[in-house]
Amino acid sequence: MTSIATPPRTRAPFSVHRHAALIALIALILFNIVTTPRFLTVATLNINLTQTATIVIVGIGMTFVIATRGIDLSVGSLMAISGAIAPMLFLNPTLGPSIGTALAFILPVLATGLLGAFNGLLVTRFSVQPIIATLVLFIAGRGIAQVISGGQLINFTQSNFTALGSARVLGISVQVLVMLVLLAVAVFVLTRTLFGRYVTAVGGNPEAARLSGVPVNRTRMLVYVISGLLSGLAGLIVIAINNSSDSNLVGQNMELDAIAAVAVGGTALNGGRVTMIGTLLGALFIQLLRYTLLVKGVPDAAAIVIKAAVIIAAVALQYRRR
Amino acid sequence: MNQPTSPQSAPPLLLHMSNVSKAFAGVHALQNTELRVGPGEVHALIGQNGAGKSTLLKVLTGVYRRDSGNIQFAGEEVNFTSPPQAQRVGIATIYQEVNLVRLQTVAENVMLGHEPRRFGFIDRAGMERRAREVLSGMGLDLDVRRPLAEFSLAVQQMVAIARALALDARLVVMDEPTSSLDDQEVERLFAVIRELQARGVAVIFVSHRLDELYAVCSHITVMRDGRTVHQGPLSELSKLSLVSIMLGRAEHDLLQEGQTGFQRTVLEGTTAAIPLLEIQDLNRPPHVHGVTLSVRKGEVMGLAGLLGSGRSETARAIFGAEPGNGELRLNGRVVSWTSPQDAIRDGLAFCGEDRKQDGIIPEWSVRENLTLALLPRLTRAGVVDRAEQRRVVDKFIARLNVRCASPDQPIRELSGGNQQKVLLARWLCTSPDLLIVDEPTRGIDVGAKAEIQSLISELASEGLGVLMISSDLEELLEGCHRVTVLRDGESVRTLEQTELSEEALLAAMAHGSETAAPVTANTSYGSAS
Repeated sequence: MTSIATPPRTRAPFSVHRHAALIALIALILFNIVTTPRFLTVATLNINLTQTATIVIVGIGMTFVIATRGIDLSVGSLMAISGAIAPMLFLNPTLGPSIGTALAFILPVLATGLLGAFNGLLVTRFSVQPIIATLVLFIAGRGIAQVISGGQLINFTQSNFTALGSARVLGISVQVLVMLVLLAVAVFVLTRTLFGRYVTAVGGNPEAARLSGVPVNRTRMLVYVISGLLSGLAGLIVIAINNSSDSNLVGQNMELDAIAAVAVGGTALNGGRVTMIGTLLGALFIQLLRYTLLVKGVPDAAAIVIKAAVIIAAVALQYRRR
Repeated sequence: MNQPTSPQSAPPLLLHMSNVSKAFAGVHALQNTELRVGPGEVHALIGQNGAGKSTLLKVLTGVYRRDSGNIQFAGEEVNFTSPPQAQRVGIATIYQEVNLVRLQTVAENVMLGHEPRRFGFIDRAGMERRAREVLSGMGLDLDVRRPLAEFSLAVQQMVAIARALALDARLVVMDEPTSSLDDQEVERLFAVIRELQARGVAVIFVSHRLDELYAVCSHITVMRDGRTVHQGPLSELSKLSLVSIMLGRAEHDLLQEGQTGFQRTVLEGTTAAIPLLEIQDLNRPPHVHGVTLSVRKGEVMGLAGLLGSGRSETARAIFGAEPGNGELRLNGRVVSWTSPQDAIRDGLAFCGEDRKQDGIIPEWSVRENLTLALLPRLTRAGVVDRAEQRRVVDKFIARLNVRCASPDQPIRELSGGNQQKVLLARWLCTSPDLLIVDEPTRGIDVGAKAEIQSLISELASEGLGVLMISSDLEELLEGCHRVTVLRDGESVRTLEQTELSEEALLAAMAHGSETAAPVTANTSYGSAS
């Protein structure tokens, strides 16, 4: 598997740095094959893939944002918002189950897309640092979600909606299929379209991009909208899996997992190098690490520390190669 | 003229840096450089960009370590490894960007790091008293209890100087202290400098504004290509001589034709009459104040001036990178470009002076860098047409003779000359009507230099209008059909092809016009703005 970020170079030498995420992932898989009983089963694969799907979906948006030297801390809160809006639609008696469910797939995602545009506006028009700009919705977003849901846990059964989290096609979960389709689209957009090239140009050298006629602000704006839209979708998947929506918990710490997936995957936090496949590998690695610590019975508290240490190591590796 | 002042007649030197060399990655930044500063002397240090001034000062203050050479300060051999060390023996540095704590009070800033203490606590009253003493010694009466941020940049700079005095500095290094000050503030700074001088404190003064040097400095050291090329009293040196020494041209050096790669065509008849771009009274504070120039079709128009004369800023203002005020006409039609995108749409191209900063995208391949500006036109329904992209890239790599392993090689791996060719190609492939190039051959090897110069001539002969900024006199004299000279952000003279000579150019750069008498040390500051 090659990095797809920059168009595949035929003579690219194999480098440990470039493929750090892949190597780490393979090492972790080998470790589990040897030490974890019944690791090589379809069930294990399914558990890990379904858990990874939301990280990857949010991670795709995060990769676009980070590719422009930005960051989006609001993704978890946006997930909670879409997760709070959806039940209001498909449980709404006046809309009825079919229209309500159809709207529940669309409106929450549009709402978070709009909030992404708000992030983009702060970053472009008002020149707020991305980390501060998105901190606004990171904090306020969860509050908004709680206001929408009334701050209560909402349990529901609505099979048409929860199919997003539980249905299978050819034995593969729907959310995994959604993830794969989005990933393929993202790779194409990033490497083949004008917008994708503009995204990497803005991250690679913003001033050179501006002087070459790249619409820097419009590009920056759009990446935050994409991140918002994908966060909204991820929020829907999470509540569909759980058959419930808790605005305190949906998307909690997702910003950290997504940023970690992007960083571990090899996308440079200060621009220039972008890889969508890396983000997939990074997300798989983080999920498998979490799974491994779980099955080995490592206490939760220690598991978090180990996870953090591994992420720091991955990011440090990135900076050392500069 | 190039001899040092005779040491026996001078008082013992305060600072003597001799045979100082420093290389970065094998490239010599300083080669046997010398700097001699006497006590109480205001010493100008001058040179083009890259002449090594900053490196020399950083070696002095311990930011860099020298590879070889000696530094004597107050008669003793010194070898600083950090700026605080230099500060302890009495060498203070004032940077253009004041490095003080803006939210703390004036008194706290003056006494930063050496606050008077009483019983382990800071003695606030003592601190304020001492700060007031130092400031009033400089002729400044400030409320030392107010935060520094409330004062103007000039006052902040004075406070930085006061801080140096509170530390008993005997030598104050000022690196372009006036670059962001207005005329009045500059006068104030000069008063302080004269006060320092009266107290026997020496000052090293770096500035690109010649008038300022003559207004305040007594001695001068001129650097070029990492070497000291002139030192001595400033009053003995005319502005014209100073400019020639700095640019490395003897005043009456005869122009040697054919040293560059230009083959200038003669403009005649109808082509010469067509003005492509006309600019009337362009303003873009703080660096551009009234630039008027025009570029004709098929012409290489030179834009000359000393460092800090506003050449690059003018180019960026025209291109819409930092839009200014003024009337711009393209082919007779009034235009107002508020972003590079607008200018590019109307057929402009701009190749900036700093390849790394605003040219290349280092991680990208040659292919992608080359087509960045053309991308919108290579796109069908949002998707980049790669076959067409490859075709364009192959064509221009061949045409400009770019040497790279493959179009997919990252551009950062290329030499400066080849990077520059790729950047030129980035613009040429958009088939512009007007190309602005800022120092197109700076820092690239001789071969690539000649190739680029020849290309510029060739493009002009095909009808392209070129506005070329250059510090290289040969490039201006041999490559341009006309040259407009800027001085302190203002266009002071346009030399027609028949008038183009080295003397005329140097005179315009130094005085603004050919006929003005050489200005000497007793000319008061403020005659030009």
